[in-house]
Amino acid sequence: MTTQTLSRLLRMLPVTAMIAATTMLAGCLGDEESWRGKDISGLMPELAFELTGTSGDTVTADDTNGEIRMVFFGFTSCPDVCPATLQKLSRAVKDMPDELQDDTRIVFVSVDPQRDTPERIRSYVDFFSERAIGVTGEEKALRELSKRYRTTFGYDDPDAEGNYNVSHSGAVYVFDRNGNARLLFRPDMSVEDIRTDLVTLAEES
Amino acid sequence: MSVTDYLIPYDFSPVTILSFALVLGFYGYGLLKMPEADRPGSGRILVFLIGVIMCYGVMQTRFDYYSQYMFFVHRGQHLILHHLGPFLIALSNPLPVMRYLFSRIKPGIRKALTPLGWIYRFLQHPAIASFLFVGLIYFWLWPPIHFDAMLSRDLYWIMNWSMLLDGLLFWWLIFDPRSPVASDALGYGKRILLLALVALPQMVLGATIVFSRGMVYDVYEVCGRAWPMPPETDQLLGGLLTWIPPAMMSILGILIILRRAMREDGKPAPYSEELKATHS
Repeated sequence: MTTQTLSRLLRMLPVTAMIAATTMLAGCLGDEESWRGKDISGLMPELAFELTGTSGDTVTADDTNGEIRMVFFGFTSCPDVCPATLQKLSRAVKDMPDELQDDTRIVFVSVDPQRDTPERIRSYVDFFSERAIGVTGEEKALRELSKRYRTTFGYDDPDAEGNYNVSHSGAVYVFDRNGNARLLFRPDMSVEDIRTDLVTLAEES
Repeated sequence: MSVTDYLIPYDFSPVTILSFALVLGFYGYGLLKMPEADRPGSGRILVFLIGVIMCYGVMQTRFDYYSQYMFFVHRGQHLILHHLGPFLIALSNPLPVMRYLFSRIKPGIRKALTPLGWIYRFLQHPAIASFLFVGLIYFWLWPPIHFDAMLSRDLYWIMNWSMLLDGLLFWWLIFDPRSPVASDALGYGKRILLLALVALPQMVLGATIVFSRGMVYDVYEVCGRAWPMPPETDQLLGGLLTWIPPAMMSILGILIILRRAMREDGKPAPYSEELKATHS
C-alpha cells in the first residue's frame, strides 16, 4: 500500500465512523415495543414515599409491596383529568381476571393538602374503586416525591370564592411488585390497553 | 420565593459544581501565575467569566426547574449550553492560560494525556465536529429520545453535559485563535463553510417544530408544566428558539471569522520572512 492510499484511507476514517454511528443509532431506535403504555424500566428510581393515609396514619411504599402500584398525582376538586383517569384505572382493574385484581393498587397522591383532608380524600377514592388508596402530606414531602418522578405541580391564584386550579401530571406511573418503575400511562390511553398491560405485569412471576 | 431560592440548584449535582469550580479555579490560578505579557486583558477575562457563569446558571439554579417543565425554557437552556456560553468562552481566547497551565503539568502526566489528544483531534475533524454539532441537537430532540431524557435524571444530565462539551469543542474549532497560515488550525474558508452548513439543518428543525400542527413533545403535557401555558404556545416559542437564534449565531460567527481573515489578508505570511532570509 502506498503512503498516498494510506493517508487517503486515514482521511476517510472520520467519515466512516460517522456513517457507522448513524447506522447503529437507527438500529437502536427500531426496537419493537410489546407494551401498550410507555416502557420506563430503568429510567426512574424505585417506588419510595412516606405520606399520610386517609386514616391519618403514615403510609409508606412498603405497605403495598407485592402489588402492582399505579401512582397518580391529582386533587379532589379536579374538574376533568383526575376523575377521568381514576375512572379509567378502576374500570381497567375491574375488567382484569378476578384473581389478579387483588394484586393491584391505585395510589392517588393529592398535591392539594390545603383543601384535601384525609376524610375528603377517602370518600373521593372510595367512590372510584375499592382497590384505591389516597395519600397526601406536607407540600415539601409532595414536592420531593414529584421531583423524584420528574413531575411538578403548581397552584393558580384563588378566585373570589377561594377556588383555585392545580396544575399536575396527567400520567400514571406504574410500579411492579418489587417497586421498580415499569410503565407510564399517558392520559389518552384506553381502558383496554391499560387492562392488557396490567394483566401482563401481574402475570410476571 | 426568596432570591436565594432562585439561586440555589433545583437538582443539586456535585459533579457539575465541582467541574465549574475547577474551571474557574484553574483559570484564576493561571491568570495570577502566568507571565504578564501573555495575560489576557480584562475584557477577555470578563467575556470568559460571562460564558462560564451563563452555563452554570442554566444548570444549577432555579432556571433548571423551568427547563425541565417548559419546552421553550428547555430550548433556551440548550441555546446557552450549546451556543451562547461556549461561543463566548471560545471567543475570549483562553489559549494563553491553557498553554501556561499545560506547561505546569509534569512531563510524565503530560505523556499519559497523549491519548486524550488523539481523541480530541479525531473529534475536531471538520466532518466529525459539524456532524456531532447538528447530530446531537437532532438526537436529543428526537421525540422518543427526548421523552426518555426528560423522564430520567441520569439521561437528563448526560444530555445537558453532552451539549455543553460539544458546544465547547465546536466553537473552539471555529474561533481557534491561531492563524491557519502559521499553524495547523482550520482554514478560515472552511470555518465559514462549517458555520453555514450547521445553520441549515438547525433552521429546518426549528421550522418543523414551529409549523407542526400536533404536539411533537408531549412529555411536558404528561409530566405537568411549571405554570399553565397553552401547549401550542410553548411549542411555538421552543421552535422559534431552535430556529432563529442559532442561525443568527452562525451569521455572527461568519462575520467574526471574515473580519479576522480580512485583517490577515494584508499581512505577509510568516514563512515569507524565512524565505527572504534564505534568498538574500
